Amino acid sequence: MADMLNVKDLKVHFHNAPEEKFAVNGVSFSVKEGEILGLVGESGSGKTVTAMSISGLLPKNRADFFGSITLDGSEIFQCSEKEILSILGDKLGIVFQEPMTSMNPVMRIGPQIEEALRVHTNLSKDERRQRALEAMAQAELGEPEKVYKKYPHELSGGMLQRAMIAAAIISRPKLLLADEPTTALDVTIQAEILSLLRRLNMEHNMAILLISHDLHVVRRLCSRVAVMQQGKIVEEGLVEDIFKNPQHPYTKKLLDAIPTRDRKLI
Amino acid sequence: MKKGNLFLYIGGAISAIMSFLIILGYFWTPYSPTAMNVGAKFQAPSLEHLMGTDNFGRDIFSRVIDGAGTTFFIAVSVVAIGCALGILIGSLCGYYGGLPDIILTRICDSITAFPSFLLALVIISIMGSGKYNIIFALGILFIPSFARIVRSEFARYRDLNYIKSARLMGAGSFRIMFRHILPNTFPVLLSAITIGFNNAVLSEASMSFLSIGIQPPDASLGSMLSDSQIYLGSAPWYALGTGAVIILLILGFSLLSEGLQRMSKNG
Ligand SMILES: Nc1ncnc2c1ncn2[C@@H]1O[C@H](COP(=O)(O)OP(=O)(O)OP(=O)(O)O)[C@@H](O)[C@H]1O
Ligand SMILES: [Mg+2]
Repeated sequence: MADMLNVKDLKVHFHNAPEEKFAVNGVSFSVKEGEILGLVGESGSGKTVTAMSISGLLPKNRADFFGSITLDGSEIFQCSEKEILSILGDKLGIVFQEPMTSMNPVMRIGPQIEEALRVHTNLSKDERRQRALEAMAQAELGEPEKVYKKYPHELSGGMLQRAMIAAAIISRPKLLLADEPTTALDVTIQAEILSLLRRLNMEHNMAILLISHDLHVVRRLCSRVAVMQQGKIVEEGLVEDIFKNPQHPYTKKLLDAIPTRDRKLI
Repeated sequence: MKKGNLFLYIGGAISAIMSFLIILGYFWTPYSPTAMNVGAKFQAPSLEHLMGTDNFGRDIFSRVIDGAGTTFFIAVSVVAIGCALGILIGSLCGYYGGLPDIILTRICDSITAFPSFLLALVIISIMGSGKYNIIFALGILFIPSFARIVRSEFARYRDLNYIKSARLMGAGSFRIMFRHILPNTFPVLLSAITIGFNNAVLSEASMSFLSIGIQPPDASLGSMLSDSQIYLGSAPWYALGTGAVIILLILGFSLLSEGLQRMSKNG
């Protein structure tokens, strides 16, 4: 299968960081069409910076970028800002860690979910609304008609995250970047969001790059996983292999953080 | 909460009455504001002449309504110019930052460093007095205060998560600035507009009071107040009526803005 996303020797250096400290230091991986790849690593290992580099919107006046990122045939670092904006929200959907702050408090939920359609299509108001309601139903957001008219402060964290997912998938992107999509949510909601992501992946053949610091989360969803530490990928492979036979000491440490009862379940 | 509503109700009522009288005054006043009646000069307030008559026997109430209309028009135009250009400059500076931001901020700072009255004087003495020149002069002077507020709001909102997520859906800079950020600044902008309106009323009145503003035959509240001082002894109602209208105009909008602010704070 073809690569949906290919990251090659990505290095990111922030201008305000020490000379030799790269936030991302030579990361390479690829996500195939319709695949879910897990990217795990502890806090500060560079996961979010990697994701933001893929989005192409990290400010060039605050950081230097090296290497290459190819998204569905487009070379991100070679794209103009206009070309990047035409990819974002269309081919590439993005979901963040913080659902509570990811929605504009003065706009209703519906129009925010439709944003990508407004930017990328000429659909009429009614058609957009219809698509938004569909996306909300796909994201398992209860009573879409009602929620459509609500403001963010009227929704719970779990509902907001579903709304963010609906917004990210409304234009049926080929790749979804999910940066710790469940970290801010409680355990039951976490499990629901994860199975929602799996369903979207299977039904729409949407590739997902799932970022998490939690191997447990990754194991539920991914077939392949890359382990990141201090800006580098230290181990990569099939999830079962890594769980059974971790090579890198850091991976072992991450595995030890998971309760043993869980590990036996594999 | 209850108290906030009181501000809102009283301010709203005063502003509504004043606006109604002013708008009515553009079409109809009890007497013609310029009709003289030598037989009826310096009459004290009565049912016939609510605020009495002046040295030419003109109905002061009609003149005040007419003058308030001129003042109101000038104040609204000044705020509209200052606010529109302030939003434009402030949003670009706050959103993009960088060298243009530094330069424009410095220019705004240096404009505000002078007493605005003095600057208006300079502009008027170059361009000449008159309604539209006052609007132009004050309008320019009002830009920095709006620009500064809008700039700091935009700089704050630019990096918020929900603005970033709008960008990540492919929204362009223009859309981000005016569709996603601007509505968030409305509460702050609203109080800036009411304060600006009050300042514009006062500036116009002071300039016309010193007769560098509105010139006869036009009359504004300031020029009438200036006329009235000669007759302070013989016809005190002239100054009192004019002054009361200025005070009510400003009081109404101040209370309204305070009430709106309290309401938005209480959600
Ligand atoms: N805007 C920035 N300026 C300077 N340094 C930054 C900036 N953003 C991130 N960094 C640095 O880059 C490194 C990687 O951060 P990143 O946010 O990618 O970590 P992460 O793996 O996503 O962690 P977390 O699990 O906490 O989200 C950190 O050392 C951080 O200090
Ligand atoms: Mg992160």
